[in-house]
This record gives sequence, structure tokens and C-alpha cells, in this order.
Amino acid sequence: MSEPATRQPSADATITPEVAGRKRRSAWSRFWRAYGLAILFSIALLAIWQLAIWIFHVPKYLLASPSGIVQSLQKDWHRYLEPNLWPTLGEVLVGFAISVVAGVGLAVVLHLYTPLRRAVYPILIGSQTIPIVVLAPILVILLGYGLLPKVVIVALICFFPIVVNGLDGLRLVDDDFIHMMRTLDATRWAIFRKVEFPGALPSIFSGMRVAATFAAIGAVFGEWAGASQGLGYLIQASTPNLQTARIFAAIVLLTLIAMALFGLVSLLERIFCPWVSKGGAL
Amino acid sequence: MGGPPTGVAEAPAPNGADPTIGIAFDGVGKRFGDLVALDGVTFEIERHSRIGIVGPSGGGKSTLLQLAAGLLEEDAGSINVEGETSAQGRLTRCAMMPQRDLLLPWRSALDNAMIALENHGLSKKDARDQTRPYFERFGLDRFEDVRPDQLSGGMRQRVSFIRTLMAEKDVLLLDEPFGALDSITRAQMQEWLLVALGDVPRTVLLVTHDVDEALLLSRTVVVMSARPGRVVTVLDASIETAGLSRREIVTSPGFIELKERALEALE
Repeated sequence: MSEPATRQPSADATITPEVAGRKRRSAWSRFWRAYGLAILFSIALLAIWQLAIWIFHVPKYLLASPSGIVQSLQKDWHRYLEPNLWPTLGEVLVGFAISVVAGVGLAVVLHLYTPLRRAVYPILIGSQTIPIVVLAPILVILLGYGLLPKVVIVALICFFPIVVNGLDGLRLVDDDFIHMMRTLDATRWAIFRKVEFPGALPSIFSGMRVAATFAAIGAVFGEWAGASQGLGYLIQASTPNLQTARIFAAIVLLTLIAMALFGLVSLLERIFCPWVSKGGAL
Repeated sequence: MGGPPTGVAEAPAPNGADPTIGIAFDGVGKRFGDLVALDGVTFEIERHSRIGIVGPSGGGKSTLLQLAAGLLEEDAGSINVEGETSAQGRLTRCAMMPQRDLLLPWRSALDNAMIALENHGLSKKDARDQTRPYFERFGLDRFEDVRPDQLSGGMRQRVSFIRTLMAEKDVLLLDEPFGALDSITRAQMQEWLLVALGDVPRTVLLVTHDVDEALLLSRTVVVMSARPGRVVTVLDASIETAGLSRREIVTSPGFIELKERALEALE
């Protein structure tokens, strides 16, 4: 290759790296744009709920009011809610982490070995038709009463969207990119590492976001099948006593766990795929 | 390919074949199921010469390019790219600049351009050091660390061209390299590429639907028919371009005459 000698005039000298950078809105105005309507709508719904309970004199044990739930969150926090929050949070986090590692790992293996994908993929789809509710008691019988069956159930429920999205993301990388890499002497592994995997990351994250919303449900199913602690257990134990407000308070906490996990995944996506929000996905 | 066996080759010719052959297609056919994409395509150019392929859309031009690159296998005839006749062998000779720039959005401009050097086993630092001078040369200095989505279309194509150059292949395959650009940027880029190719002696196969582009950038122009792709005519486009601007070339009588013949063949 000849040494670069002549310097050619830029075709578009007016563009500088500084101008190319985008303007940034303030964090607050971006937050409001994204979530403002959802917040207003939620407040309206809660208000209607509260009013309906006052107007129709619904008994407390039938349906809790928003104010009743807030009272329960304060009153029951130390005795009932907090001690049961941490076990469930642990189950969710450990199960979710396992599902991410196993799900991404399986997606990669199935992608790289086509015959294996043909063998396993239909079984994978078929396995999703088994209701996790009936699996939960079986897993408790198999794995005992402790943390393990709950973690397995969370992982099972989160695993599927991650594998399917991951596989789709890996498969849908444009052939032109792969052709280009082949003419640039890339090995199969280099194509995977430099093109396919980064290209599939947004898809993997979208699978993780779906999984994040399932994780808390998995933990509750696991606890219902047999547990002595956790928010699912608390709900089960509060039902015969008609502690409706406490049940709702536990549901609020479960929702918060799911939303926090969802937020965490979105944050990780922004860190690892900064190009996506700028419309630069493959 | 009919070339006489050379007794003493000055450059080590691969496989002992005729070292003057750049790209030679001999009766090449390719079909996809019932669709005949290419039929009996024959042409030949010397090493370090430039050939342009023009033809209507869907005329198998990109197929021809992928065949030359060794990304596809021919069904009939034979292909010789600088002595390499197998698909695997051709792949080692060719670097392709695609129609869309295909820059990886997660890599900076510089890291995109150096990807071939990384594939050759260089460390990231060495690859960057070797690629950086080309950014300056092609008017992209200060844009090394910018992500592709912040570059203009013309700049992205230049990064893509550097990436193709860095593969250090003797054969460059350009697939409608400026097809996605507006006509003004396109004209600028054609002029730019003419100069850039003048600096680096390479065998160039250019596929385009733009007759001007083909005549401007190549020494030989092959006009192809629509499906199935056949060679309609081969034009000698070796007009004087040295020291002339794009405008002077495309308005010269010689160029206009060639353009007329090419357009006639396209009808």
C-alpha cells in the first residue's frame, strides 16, 4: 500500500465533529415528556378508585382503597412487608440473572450450530405451552422447600423471551454485513464477535425487558407452591384473614420490583448499546 | 484464459497463471432456482485496470460482483481473479465496498475503517495507527472518534472506502458505491474516488446503474441486459482524464459519444 501523500479537500468541510453532536434536552423535560401522561393518568385512576369506594361504601375486606393500601404500607412495613420483600427480591434477582446467562448462552450456541437449533428450537417452543403454575409444585417436590425451586421457576419463566429474542436478533443481522466482513478476511468467530453479537444486543435487551416483567410473577408462583416467606407467601397467608389492604400492599411491592428490574435492564441497554437511541441499529 | 505461459514472471503470479489477468469471466452463468440471473457472461480486464458494469436494476449486477468476490459459486463457465479460480481463492483477492456503507454503529469511524487489519491479527492500537493517516488523506481528520450516525452520507462512504482499502487486497469490488447519495454529493464523491484510485494501483470492478459513473471511473465498460443478465456490449472507455475536473470530462465530446453508445446499448 502506498504511503498517504496527497491530502484531498473535504467534500463537506462545513461539518465538524462539534456540529455533528446532537443538542440535549434537560433531563427533567425529557422525563416529563416520557412519563408525564402516564403519571397523570395513574393519579386519575387512583382518584376514581378512592372516590368509588367512598361513594358506594365498599367494605374494607372486599376491596382495599388506595388510602388503605398506603396505610398498610406504613403500618405493616416492619412486621409483614419488609421481612417478606427481601426473600422475593433475592429470588427474582438470582433467577433473572441465571436466565440471562443461560438464555443468552443458549441463543448463541443454537445460532452457531444450526443442526442443534433445528433439534432444540421446536422443543423450546413446545415447553412454553406447559403452564408454569403446574410445574411449580413439581419443582418444590423435586428441589425442596427452600430458595432453589423459586429461583428455578423465575429462571424458567424469564428464559424463553431472552432465548427467542436473542436468536432472532442474531439471525436477522443483515447478510450484507456478513458478506462485507468475509471479503475483509473475517473468520466465523470474528463475524460473530464483531457483527452478529453486538448487532443482536438490542434484541437481547428487549427480551430481557419482557423477562423482567415476568420475573416477579415467577417468584409468586414458586412461593405459592410451598414457602414460609416472601411476598407471594404473604399474599397467600393474608387471604384467609381478609387482610385485603395488606395483599394490595404486597402487590404494590411486587410491581415495584418488576419496574425496578425493567428500569435496570433499560439502564444497562443504554450503557451497552448507546447507538440504539440514536436510531443506528442494524 | 488463453494467455501465453510466461517464462520468467517478474511478479510472483499466483498458481503460475498469466500475471496480467485482472478479472476474467468466461461464459459465466448463475441461476437461483428457476431464475436465470446471469447467462454466458464473458469479459476480461488486465491487472490494475478498472472495469464498470452498467445495466438495469435486477440485471444480476450484484450477483456478478458476489461471484467475482467468491461469495457465490458459478453454475457455468469459469471465473479468474488474478489467477484464483476457486470461490475460496477469489475471496482472498477481493475486498468489497458495498452499496450501503454498512458501517457498524457501535464502532467509531476509525474503528470501522480498521476492521480488516484487526481481522489480520493486528492489535487495536497498531490497526488504529496504520489507519489514521488515511483519515487525514481523505479529508476525515478529526472525525476518527465520531460514530457513523453523526457523519454525512459522503463521509460515511469515504470511511467505507478506507475500510475497503485497509484490507490490502489487490482487487476492489465497488457495488453502486454512491447509489444512496444525492446527485451533488455523488458527483463530488466520483471526483474524489477518481483521484483516490489514481493514487493506489488496484484492479477495480465497479457495478452501477449510472452510465456517467461507469464511464468516468473505469477504462472498460460492460453494458448488461436485464434478466437474464447478458453482456450486450463492451466499450473501451479509456478517455483522457488526467488533470481534468469531473465537469470537463463529462462534457467532453469523447465522453458524450461513449455515453450515447452506452445508452443505446442499454435500450
